[in-house]
Amino acid sequence: MTKRTWLLAVSAVLLSVSAHAQAIVIRNATVMTVTKGTIQNGSVLVENGKIAAIGKNLSAPADATIVDASGKFLTPGIIDCHSHTAVEGSVNEGTVSDSSMVDIRDVINPTDINIYRALAGGLTVSNVLHGSANAIGGQTVVIKLRWGKSAREMLFEGATPGIKFALGENPKRQGYPTQGFLSQQGPTPERRYPGTRLGVEEVIRQSFTEAKIYQAEWKTHNEKVARGEHPIPLRKDLRLEPLVEVMEGKRYVHAHCYRSDEILMLLRVADEMGFKIRTLQHVLEGYKVAKEIAAHGAGASTFSDWWSYKIEAYDASPYNAAIMAHKGVVVSLNSDSDELQRHLNLEAAKTMRYGGLNENEALAMVTINPAKQLGIDDKVGSIEVGKSADLVLFDKHPLSGFSKPQKVWIDGHEYFDREKDIETRPEFEKKKKALEDKEAASAPTGRRRNGAGAADAEAKPNSEEDK
Amino acid sequence: MKQPLRLLIGLALAAGCTLAETHGAIAIRNARIVTVSGEELPKATVLMRDGVISDVGASVSVPADAWVIDGAGLTVYPGFIDALSTWGIPVTATRGNAAQSTATTTPEPRARGPEDRPQTFSFERAADLVSPSDARLEAARAAGFTTAATYPTKGIFQGLGAIVDLAGERGRDMVIIQPIGQQIAFRQGGFGRTGFPGSLMGNISYVRQLFLDLDQYEQAKQIYASNPNAGKRPEYDHALEGLAESPRLLLPADESQQIDRMLNFAPEFKKPFILYGLHEAYERVDELKQAKAPLLVSLKWPEKPKDADPNEVQSFRELTMRDKAPSVPGMLAKAGVRFAFYSDGVDSAADLKKALKKALDAGLSRADAIRALTLNAAEIYGVADRLGTVEKGKIANMVVMKGDAFEEKTTVEYVFVDGLQFQPSKDQQQGPAQGGRRPGTPSEGLR
Repeated sequence: MTKRTWLLAVSAVLLSVSAHAQAIVIRNATVMTVTKGTIQNGSVLVENGKIAAIGKNLSAPADATIVDASGKFLTPGIIDCHSHTAVEGSVNEGTVSDSSMVDIRDVINPTDINIYRALAGGLTVSNVLHGSANAIGGQTVVIKLRWGKSAREMLFEGATPGIKFALGENPKRQGYPTQGFLSQQGPTPERRYPGTRLGVEEVIRQSFTEAKIYQAEWKTHNEKVARGEHPIPLRKDLRLEPLVEVMEGKRYVHAHCYRSDEILMLLRVADEMGFKIRTLQHVLEGYKVAKEIAAHGAGASTFSDWWSYKIEAYDASPYNAAIMAHKGVVVSLNSDSDELQRHLNLEAAKTMRYGGLNENEALAMVTINPAKQLGIDDKVGSIEVGKSADLVLFDKHPLSGFSKPQKVWIDGHEYFDREKDIETRPEFEKKKKALEDKEAASAPTGRRRNGAGAADAEAKPNSEEDK
Repeated sequence: MKQPLRLLIGLALAAGCTLAETHGAIAIRNARIVTVSGEELPKATVLMRDGVISDVGASVSVPADAWVIDGAGLTVYPGFIDALSTWGIPVTATRGNAAQSTATTTPEPRARGPEDRPQTFSFERAADLVSPSDARLEAARAAGFTTAATYPTKGIFQGLGAIVDLAGERGRDMVIIQPIGQQIAFRQGGFGRTGFPGSLMGNISYVRQLFLDLDQYEQAKQIYASNPNAGKRPEYDHALEGLAESPRLLLPADESQQIDRMLNFAPEFKKPFILYGLHEAYERVDELKQAKAPLLVSLKWPEKPKDADPNEVQSFRELTMRDKAPSVPGMLAKAGVRFAFYSDGVDSAADLKKALKKALDAGLSRADAIRALTLNAAEIYGVADRLGTVEKGKIANMVVMKGDAFEEKTTVEYVFVDGLQFQPSKDQQQGPAQGGRRPGTPSEGLR
């Protein structure tokens, strides 16, 4: 852990150095700061990757790039609190009911084209989660969509890492006849405990009980070492380490859930074991227990109007986000999808129709609120002086279905430009055609295929359902 | 006593369609010799005796008892080395074991975590598995290979490799040095029967845990040894013993992000490592040069899948990779990064030549290509003192061709393995190789 945080610190320094890009002034935009109101004909000055000034008449440094944004809308970069984009291989280590030893950080694939496509929709930050196949899933990580950079350069510096939990049908393997409790085929090697919701609770309680023992053992061990003794070294357990971090508040729990009874169950278990649930994910029945969620201090990250895809997702309402927000819960809207993540601004707009939120409250659902949930609201999530210049320039009002992001900046670097993208398409198609033609020309005919080799050892990414 | 026996075996092998012959001494006279260690000798003699090269040069005197081969029009190269192979480990042997284990026992319980040591065969030794009965050896020799860095291929921690000669009377005659390393492969079985780990991240986490366990294991053993009466002895762990014995690790890294991932992951192990695959290394040459890790480049260049859906849109990245992969060797050579080739199933003479031609067309020099097939592998595995060049004192592993190795019409005339002479037939050089599939490759039983 120490080594990794060190690496992170180094890369943070490198990035901040590289962030010393040219100054940018975005002029005459409708600046929707989200937290400090909306400024008509406003300007934003970006220096060293940070927002340096916001106002009506800003004086720009001589060498600054001027972006004329007349008639356009500037918003903070959009943040998705539930994503599986850029994961190489399966998003689930679904073989065990507690897979806390696996880490999404290890399998970020920065070449996933969905990163770029999400950028084109104004997304700048993603909470990349493990799937929901198990009660305690893998470790999770927050990334910035710095398209073209390496996996490590995409990590959001200083963001608290997380861990995925899941309740209900997915972890009990509902609908998997050979794996759930009601196996028709008798015991098979595929069967995996638990097969019930009670079992899911038990798995979480069991794992944290083990983690507490583990924590105590290490404490005793470290005391012995401090006294100058040479005890047999303890085993470092990658499964229990992250759970200890959860109890110490160093790692956030993002818990996939639907039913209100289970939400209450999880909050009780967390209280009993002495840890916090940072966010409840999906949380479609959250409106029934919003007060309890608020009392625990958990955030809620839900869908705008997506439900009925399984039994536990039926008792849902498009007013869910608004109701929870009114009851004092920090609420965000997430995508959980490579497609939906490209227009989260429109998901936010739906909370105005269903629940009567105002523009700022709606936009907050995909900007400052997810930032708060991820503990990064001091760095991103709104247009404020000192925050990272993660900005989106929309051609029309971002809560309108006709709007399209024109430019997207992260840390003051332009990562997407709609005009440039469209301009370069013919050239790109030409290059691609040339490659295809070249391959077709040299294609061997009727050539025998050689056996699979070591290069096949890493299978291509596949995706699994994770709603 | 020994000579007649070897002759007899030689004859026996000859009867079985290979032509293996042994002589007291063999001289190839007036041949072009590509020594790899130094200058090419346009007209020289190489002399071998007792399986060792006893002399090379323009003015070598040929002893009276030597069997003489007229080398006019012939080129002598060091025997080719397959730097990551399964040759010598009979396919049937591994398959047979697997069949036996499933037949005699009920299905193995699902692995529930790293503690069950899933898919771990770190202790299996290629040196104990190799046998000259492997049917693929003949085709490999016909392609010019005399030597292989061969590894078992079961599971994630696959076992301890060995440098082996691709001929011998018994398995133990083939082994030159062992153990040379531990091959690690990532197995993605999804939610399936085998249990943990089922995902790429699960594999990575498991590998990480096992090395943490190794660290603890070695410390615990040391502390116990220094004071055996202080407490209970640490438990013996077969899997960790195999890991402790591995002088280096071989990690899969084919695509650009996989190379980056492994370059960042490997330092956690505190052991020397080698990356293999490298088809998208053209995006990572600088990092690879900086990392100073040796590389094994697969000769199985990526191709459009045979059964590709005609309606599927090809990604630009994949098209680029299929186009540019063969340029990787040339780029690495220019950047001064040490790499060796491995056959990866490309094991017939004809296919090997085609694969190499792609690399040459994409900018690799002939000299660098020969080096990547010979001395580089020997250097990477630390056996350059006995293999990889045509030099006095080295093991008599050589391939003798009529013409230059990279010309289409060139044929392999003789192959010498440990001084044992083979004459591959034309059929062997053109026809399909047997058993091109690596045993225990990922697709088996992992869907």
